[in-house]
Amino acid sequence: MEKVIFKVFRFNPERDKKPRFDKYEVPIRNGMTVLDALYYIQGYLDGSLAFRSSCREGVCGSCGMHINGKYRLACETQINRLKSKKITIKPLGHLPVIKDLVVDMTDFWEKYSYIKPYLIAGAPPEENERIQTQDDRNKLDGLIDCILCACCYAACTITDTEKNYLGPAALLKVDRFVEDSRDNNKKERLLTVSGDSGIFRCHTLFNCQEVCPKNLDPTGAIARLKRMAISNTLCFWEK
Amino acid sequence: MRYHQAVVVGGGLAGLRAAVALNQRNIKVAVISKVHPIRSHSNSAQGGINAPLGNHPRGCVDSPERHAFDTIKGSDYLADQDAVMRLTKDAAKRIIELEHWGCPFSRTIDGKIAQRPFGGAGFPRTCYAADRTGKYILHTLWEQIIKYIHSSERENMTVYDEWFVTSIVVKDGVCHGVIAMDLDTGELEEFKADAVIFATGGSGRVYKNTTNSLISTGLGVAIPFREGIPLKDMEFIQFHPTTLYGNNILMTEGCRGEGGYLLNNKGERFLANYDDSRKAMEVAPRDIIARNMMREILAGRGFEDAYLHLDLRHLGAEKINTRLPGIRELAINFVNVDPIDEPIPVQPGMHYTMGGIDTNINCETIVKGFYAAGECACVSVHGANRLGGNSLLETVVFGTIAGESAADYILEESPSSSEAALKEKLGQQKIVLMNYLDHNGEENHAKIKEELGTVMKDKVGIFRKKEKMEEALEEVRKLKERYKDIKIIDKGKRMNFDLIWAMELGGNLEVAEVITMGALKREESRGSHYRLDFPERDDKNWLKHTVAFSTPEGVKLEYKDVTLGFYEPRERKY
Repeated sequence: MEKVIFKVFRFNPERDKKPRFDKYEVPIRNGMTVLDALYYIQGYLDGSLAFRSSCREGVCGSCGMHINGKYRLACETQINRLKSKKITIKPLGHLPVIKDLVVDMTDFWEKYSYIKPYLIAGAPPEENERIQTQDDRNKLDGLIDCILCACCYAACTITDTEKNYLGPAALLKVDRFVEDSRDNNKKERLLTVSGDSGIFRCHTLFNCQEVCPKNLDPTGAIARLKRMAISNTLCFWEK
Repeated sequence: MRYHQAVVVGGGLAGLRAAVALNQRNIKVAVISKVHPIRSHSNSAQGGINAPLGNHPRGCVDSPERHAFDTIKGSDYLADQDAVMRLTKDAAKRIIELEHWGCPFSRTIDGKIAQRPFGGAGFPRTCYAADRTGKYILHTLWEQIIKYIHSSERENMTVYDEWFVTSIVVKDGVCHGVIAMDLDTGELEEFKADAVIFATGGSGRVYKNTTNSLISTGLGVAIPFREGIPLKDMEFIQFHPTTLYGNNILMTEGCRGEGGYLLNNKGERFLANYDDSRKAMEVAPRDIIARNMMREILAGRGFEDAYLHLDLRHLGAEKINTRLPGIRELAINFVNVDPIDEPIPVQPGMHYTMGGIDTNINCETIVKGFYAAGECACVSVHGANRLGGNSLLETVVFGTIAGESAADYILEESPSSSEAALKEKLGQQKIVLMNYLDHNGEENHAKIKEELGTVMKDKVGIFRKKEKMEEALEEVRKLKERYKDIKIIDKGKRMNFDLIWAMELGGNLEVAEVITMGALKREESRGSHYRLDFPERDDKNWLKHTVAFSTPEGVKLEYKDVTLGFYEPRERKY
């Protein structure tokens, strides 16, 4: 059976003074994913390895990590496709390590929560759904598909230098509601993200778009929000 | 000691919907989840959620009664009919409410919620949001939770994510709260509560070939079982016809609802060759299709004696990209097949636990103040076979009912929990935890789990017979013995997954025993439970629910009547 070397980031702040990499040799079968390999290591080589996972099919967003130079989901990364005999795994960046590949997501969730990630609309019809045209619904494609895995957040250079920057995932979520024909809180939403830590911090480096495991485009969404925010401000000034 | 008026265990659809219902009644509620709620298995539901909205041109005469009839017939008449009537009566209201909260449902030409045909349904009544319906509803409900946290006083809604419940506290027939471990610190704490709702999901990982998330272990039904709360109809395990060959990732029934074909190795739509699926073909119910697929494979008309083809090519790229984008993504990512160009290799796989914690129509159990909703519960609305699109519906309808029942109980009876009972249980659980960490045996729990999954797959699967199941029961009991001699390598406290997976396995093993015993005893074939040695349904002897109790002498099975009253049992054909 073919074997691949996994070099895995290890750090248990309870016990370790500093992080290290441990090496494991894992037998590979066709179609095997990086997550399968981590479970093999945990189950058969070293039970003390910690990592998060749940759906193992790329929809829950638990297993974002840095795999051979790129942030990806361990569950949908096939080992064969990495075309390498050595695979290096590190935790998500810009978030403190709790243990090994498990990071503290508090900042990420607080920023997500800060942008009011819920529909704000007037009273709906009593017995029926709101009407939304197919075209209006289609505008949400690509905006509603974020799985909050934080790969973009880890890859973003700005989240590294500006601690309060809201980051790509939260801003994509803002665009998701701004574009929703049912939401009527557009102006307030744009104001919320027009401050120092919002959309204008983005330097359009495309890191988020490049790593997104769902092929979404937070960079594009942020650019759209910037345009809308500017034109809103100009309208105000003209009056 | 922490105190909340109500504690909801589980952060999937049923749990979050229950929390919202409680909060709407001004009850201080905590959601405890072993993963962040947004990581719950509800994410994986793809095809949709049923309600007789009549938004599809062919569904304009649909009604809650017709929906109920299809559900009852689909259940092979084992569902409690009053519960099903409640499910379908509330369906439209719950789904409209999700839309009002922002759920991005796909739309009809006139802008209403879109509906598609699904197996066993007389009309297209499955409301969908592309093929990621569960994910979008989960995110919508989580958004509502954040809204509640923002809008009310903070203490009214608290979420404990990555807290692992190890036990409930029951004394004198009343539930007083739960004991849970903070995964960050490894410390156990008491959660005092006037009412506890379990919404912990299914037991898929008892089987090796399951569509379920890795977290769906069944520990959530084992915990109340240990405290004397019975489990109902656990032998009814749904096998979904179309799961990816190799890893059993779900390929939604929506693939067939949208017109996809199932083909054997001769390129034939073989469902036409079987009496029970000849008319409905690819949209016959899951139990029937799964069995006919296995018959094809066993007759040598499969591929590599293991799988068949799900062919979507004739639907065309546009339909695949708009209605089934997630399916295309999964097939490309996991088996290197683009369904636009090639058929998808599929095989039946364990998908859903019809049975669960025995509750009545109000989600109450035999213990006062303890409720269950969603896949971990058995109300029962699915009976011996669930129809696609009814599980998401169950989570929101009965999640709401559980929340309201618990709120009624708290407000009307003002129960007071016993701190002494909680302290006593905490002491016991600390000893249990210490014993786990002291385990230095010979056995590897990951290996035991692997073996358990294989036994259940091979011997308590789609086709069942006495001898194989007797072997399975013996093997499961042997694995239970070996489990006592496991080794825990990680002795630390923080994020100790070695310990967590070992504790989960304890639940796996108990559930597996109950499933196997129920299946062995039930000498008939009904819905998903198919006995090669008893191939007929036997209403005279077996139109009844299995109820399993945990006793000091081991698992004890009893039976109770099915609630009929609306539709008389008839032969089931499609």
